[in-house]
Amino acid sequence: MNAFLEQFPDVFEALNEGFIQTLTIFIVTLLGALPLGLIISFGSMSKFKPLFAVTKTFVWIIRGTPLMLQLLIIYYGPGIILQENIWGQDEVGMLIATCVAFIINYACYFSEIFRGGIQGVPQGQQEAGQVLGLSKSQIFFKIKLLQMIKRIVPPMSNEIITLVKDTSLARVIGFIEVIYVGEQFLTGYKGISGIVWPLFFTGIYYLAFCEKKLSYFRS
Amino acid sequence: MAILEVKNIEKVFGKTEVLKDISFSLEKGEVLAIIGSSGSGKTTLLRCLNFLETATSGSIIVNGKTVFDKSIKLTDKIMRQNRLHFGMVFQNFNLFPQYTAFENVTLAPKLALKNGIETNKKSVEEIEKFGEELLETVGLSDKRDFYPCQLSGGQQQRVAIARALAMQPDILCFDEPTSALDPELTGEVLKVIKGLKGNDRTMIVVTHEMNFARSVADKVIFMADGVVEEMGPPEQVFGNPQSEKTKAFLANSLENI
Ligand SMILES: Nc1ncnc2c1ncn2[C@@H]1O[C@H](COP(=O)(O)OP(=O)(O)OP(=O)(O)O)[C@@H](O)[C@H]1O
Ligand SMILES: [Mg+2]
Repeated sequence: MNAFLEQFPDVFEALNEGFIQTLTIFIVTLLGALPLGLIISFGSMSKFKPLFAVTKTFVWIIRGTPLMLQLLIIYYGPGIILQENIWGQDEVGMLIATCVAFIINYACYFSEIFRGGIQGVPQGQQEAGQVLGLSKSQIFFKIKLLQMIKRIVPPMSNEIITLVKDTSLARVIGFIEVIYVGEQFLTGYKGISGIVWPLFFTGIYYLAFCEKKLSYFRS
Repeated sequence: MAILEVKNIEKVFGKTEVLKDISFSLEKGEVLAIIGSSGSGKTTLLRCLNFLETATSGSIIVNGKTVFDKSIKLTDKIMRQNRLHFGMVFQNFNLFPQYTAFENVTLAPKLALKNGIETNKKSVEEIEKFGEELLETVGLSDKRDFYPCQLSGGQQQRVAIARALAMQPDILCFDEPTSALDPELTGEVLKVIKGLKGNDRTMIVVTHEMNFARSVADKVIFMADGVVEEMGPPEQVFGNPQSEKTKAFLANSLENI
């Protein structure tokens, strides 16, 4: 029992550090991928054929390949081609590479959600606004926008929860996030009791975080 | 003077000619019923009148004023003003789901007031009072604060009628207003439309309900393949049709009843 309590501060501190990294990836990815996703969705709805084709193909490739592979390519790819690691060897370089890969990947998923929400509003809504003499901006802001948001939020919140869990993929390039830290304790040094706290905390962090997000986006 | 004159309207989609040289006129207070088989261009004609489609050629004159002519380029604002001569009730209602019945009815007049679009309602109070009156006209005062999803199809269509009336169009168009409804709900909507007749209200109703067309219309147009095949008072078109196509269509639709 004593061993448990002694280890508590250690485990807590290390896991906290891992959690901060997880949180950083999460927030940076959201901040980058949401606007980029919206821009990509405009590309995939474009009437300009070349732009449409390019965005569609890009989204298709990104959504069709695993994020882990993209992460490896983005982190090691430039090194192999340019014979030089553009990301640098340190933590910060890894974090940036991770965020770039996550932003690109999630922007593509988000773009499809945006497109579905925007195109999902029936044409009849636009026409009903038109025949009542509403201007284009009134039709967008007073009629269509809320209907788009209503279509976007549920799938988006699912995708965001997946993002929280996906952050653990960052370890493939050696980045220290919360699961990674937990695992090190697991395979660690202080015997069987070393397992308990990490399992407990990594679980709690994810649960608390995901559940909180969930309830917010539901309401 | 005719309130509406439609002259030589044509509409081409790609290579298909959907409307060919459509001309007719309506007097104030008249009800025009447009009948015809599927694909004959009835919806397209209403959409051209409401500027949801741009006619390929021809002109539309309301109260002596040309509101559409292919050769005249109109600014957005004038176009918005011009389309208000017409109101439209859609086959599938197209109510705004995030607004209550009352808000659906008053939204457009309020926005028009804000934008300085000319209507004869000069204040929010006036608009709201008129909105209440319109809901009463369609028999839905008690559903004032209901959302569209809480209303039956027939009630939704009646709200849609009130919403169209709120902008006080010179000519109100209906595109098969009852064909998306369960049979037992068509009656209430047709009754409301019948009740609107008179008071100098000019209406154009595209319908498959022959009995309704016969009893309400002052004038009937039978369309076939994008042309006005036959036009006249209901007694003539239904009772003594001249064209072979009209005869065949009427025989067919009687059979289906
Ligand atoms: N946007 C469009 N592009 C191409 N063709 C169209 C378009 N809209 C309508 N059409 C064609 O125009 C013709 C007339 O269509 P319209 O909808 O006006 O017929 P309708 O008389 O209203 O038929 P219904 O009784 O089935 O409603 C049809 O052949 C249709 O395929
Ligand atoms: Mg039609």
